Formats: sequence, structure tokens, C-alpha cells
Amino acid sequence: MTPAEIHEILAERFGESILAFDNTSVDPFILVQPEAIAEVAPFLATDERLQFDSLMCLSGVEPDVKSDDLWVVYHLFSMTHRHTLVLKVSTPKEDPKVPTVEKIWRTANWHEREAYDLFGIIFEGHSDLKRILLPDDWEGHPLRKDYQEPEFYRGIRVPY
Amino acid sequence: MDEHLKKNVLFTSVDTVVNWARASSLWPMTFGLACCAIEFMATGASNYDLDRFGAGVPRATPRQADLIIISGTVTLKMATRIRRLYEQMAEPKYVISMGSCANSGGPYWQHGYSVLKGIDRVIPVDVYVPGCPPRPEALLEGLLKLQEKIQLKHLKKGKEG
Repeated sequence: MTPAEIHEILAERFGESILAFDNTSVDPFILVQPEAIAEVAPFLATDERLQFDSLMCLSGVEPDVKSDDLWVVYHLFSMTHRHTLVLKVSTPKEDPKVPTVEKIWRTANWHEREAYDLFGIIFEGHSDLKRILLPDDWEGHPLRKDYQEPEFYRGIRVPY
Repeated sequence: MDEHLKKNVLFTSVDTVVNWARASSLWPMTFGLACCAIEFMATGASNYDLDRFGAGVPRATPRQADLIIISGTVTLKMATRIRRLYEQMAEPKYVISMGSCANSGGPYWQHGYSVLKGIDRVIPVDVYVPGCPPRPEALLEGLLKLQEKIQLKHLKKGKEG
């Protein structure tokens, strides 16, 4: 199924929650309202026509310094139908909150922890949302463009 | 009897004997961090055979190791653990910093927010081996340099050089 056809199905089912569809980029994507992910994700996973049974990747993105938003990007694949889909969610930088999809695709557990670790995106309902790469006592989220490198970490000088 | 003594007794200093023993049985810790560790493993394998220099007995615990080779990128998270491992090693203990990352942060020196910019910020280093990663020959050279350094040490208190 093409992204355009999938967008049609989603737009019909969820209406307002499906914000936009970009068919011009290399990977066409569907922009979804953050809160709606909680319903859209299980629908994508279970619907007979779609059956997106695997989450290939979940990434956090800070698109621009000037932007007030952070993105979460979902790359989905259906083993049954052999089709792919890119979902995007945009959430405000001051209070970045997105419902978890960990219950639908278990892969998301670690991916969401990584996005939380490096971007500070809060995945609501996640069973174990803590840092995955950096030490637990690390301060800040280093892939944010406004991140300031600390002078010291546990008494060790950090800058070159 | 005289003939027998001439053939079997030699005179030397305690320093020379002890240093010879220490330099000839540098047991490294089984410890690798990144791509440098691959070269470290190649150095230990038959082509380069680290054991020719008495350093081919990797110890799986810091308590039995004389030498720790910092072979790879050290993150700040790992740095605190390396300091603990180093403290657990028995004296005398030696450190070889292998490759650009361990020496100075390597390619991560500027934007590697999580990378330690040189292992000498955490533990004292005896020999720095340059390279990215250094070839086995380079690591062997580093080991030989360390052996030379050990030969110059003194047992007498206060003269440890």
C-alpha cells in the first residue's frame, strides 16, 4: 500500500488528528497530533489492511535552533504486507510530551529511553523512562541545540 | 670448585634483577574499549605474539594484572569505572594509553560531550602510543618503551624513578 492510500485510511478514521501529509519528500510522511498517537499506533498495528507489526526506528529530532518544537519520527514496516510508513509528531520544546507506543511495539521501550536521554522528550505511560546511554546523574539532554557542555563531571574536567 | 663457581655464579644488583623480572612478565588486564582493542587482540595473536615479551597472559581481574592498556575511546561514564579498576590493581602497576582517543579524546575532542579528553585526566600514564588505531607494531613498541622505563626504576625508598 502506498503512503497516500494509508493516509487516506487514517484521515478517514481519525479526521482532525491527522495534521498533514507530505508526499514530496524522499520518505513521504504523515504528521499526527501527539495525543492521537495513542490511538493511531494500535490501529496501524492491528488493522487488517495495514498490519504494521514492526517499528524499525523511533527517533527524536530537533529540526532547527529557531524552531519551538521537537519531533518524534516513527519508521514502521509491515512484515505481512511489505509496506512502510513514516509518522511524525511535533511537540513543544518547553513541555515535550508524547504518549508511549511501548505497549504496541516493544522495540519502542529502548528507543523512547534514548530519545528521552538525548532530547528530554517525555513519553507518557512508559514503564521505565530513565537514561539509557548517559550515566544516571548526567545533567541536561546533549542533543538539544541549546545544550551547554558542563565544566566538570564527577570532578573530571570535561572540555578539551 | 673454582671452575664450578666461575660457570654458575654471577654478580648483579637487586634493582637489575627485580626490574628484569617485572619488565619481563607484564601481565596485562583483559580489557578493551573500542577499535584499538581489536588491534590489541591482533597483537596478542600468533602473528605479532605479545607473549614473546612476557606480556601474553591477560588477567581477567585487576588484582592479578600489572598493566592496563587503555585501548579505545573512554566515555566519562567509563572513566569513573576505569579509575576504580586502576585502584584495584596491585603495585607496581603500569598504564599504556593506546591510540588517539585514550591520549587526548581523538576525533571526539571537540564535540564529544560524553568523551573523556585523555585518560591522563583520571589515572597516571606511563607510555602513550599514537595512532588511530595504532598498528600492532606500534603497540609492541609502546610495550618495549615501558620495559625500558621499568629497567630504570629503583627499589630503594625515595628513589623510585
